[in-house]
Amino acid sequence: MRFNVYVTLKRGVLDPQGKAVMDALHSLHFGEVRDVRVGKFIELNLDGLPEQEARARVEKMCQELLANPVIEEFRIEEVRA
Amino acid sequence: MKFGVVVFPGSNCDHDCHHVLKNVLSKDVTYIWHKTTAVDDDVDCLILPGGFSYGDYLRTGAIARFSPVMAEVEQFAKKGKYVMGICNGFQILCEAGLLPGVLMMNNSLKFICKNVHIRVENIHTPFTSKCRKGEVLKMPIAHKDGNYFVDESTLKRLEDNGQVLFRYSTPDGDVSSKANPNGSVANIAGVVNAEGNVMGMMPHPERVCEPILGGTDGLGIFTSIVEFLG
Repeated sequence: MRFNVYVTLKRGVLDPQGKAVMDALHSLHFGEVRDVRVGKFIELNLDGLPEQEARARVEKMCQELLANPVIEEFRIEEVRA
Repeated sequence: MKFGVVVFPGSNCDHDCHHVLKNVLSKDVTYIWHKTTAVDDDVDCLILPGGFSYGDYLRTGAIARFSPVMAEVEQFAKKGKYVMGICNGFQILCEAGLLPGVLMMNNSLKFICKNVHIRVENIHTPFTSKCRKGEVLKMPIAHKDGNYFVDESTLKRLEDNGQVLFRYSTPDGDVSSKANPNGSVANIAGVVNAEGNVMGMMPHPERVCEPILGGTDGLGIFTSIVEFLG
């Protein structure tokens, strides 16, 4: 079973990296870009758990390690083969 | 009185801290490997030194925070014993929830290694009692993730409780955005927990404790805790 986890900065937390990427895109004449936020993408492959339990455990992984709740939020997506 | 310097894989300021305590201040100090699950009872103060534990993977301090020794560090702090985190040590203490906030990437996106000035904001703590109120200390920073962030309500609580220990300032003690090297909220360079026994700071006092190294402005922080533990 595969889960994709997206970890992003909360709205309201400044993202200097996103700003640098936006500036670079602007200098490449992609002037339509209004905002860029850079986050993390984590792919998890899990062994033999029922779907609901697996999702609950991925949720726990995010809370305990993969994201820092002070500045980040996360989104979990199950990838169906 | 005995100090313990915790060594994580990737710590690189552990020897500097050990040297200051042992050779400059003639105190009893021991290294504590991160796999240790029992810190000796006679240790009064733990130091989490600077470095790049676990290569800063995921987030700075995020993996080190789950090193076997950290459960012991949490117990140690809960007992009211004293813990200092410097640079990476500060990042680890924040990740562990022993200090509020988080150290984000510098707003310049650059690794910064240079001397800065910090103003002492609260001298009524075991870590700053030998400093003068408003004293400006010159010491180096060396980090890419030193941009201290807390939300507004936490910031207010820190300010109201006097938990802000140091702020980046000009040499004259002016706390301005110009003197802020990394984008830290309210120019914060160091904080203490509400109970007053766990502190963290991004600058490196252990690197300026002898004239031959270019200054002694870091010494006050170590002599404060030494005198306090008396």
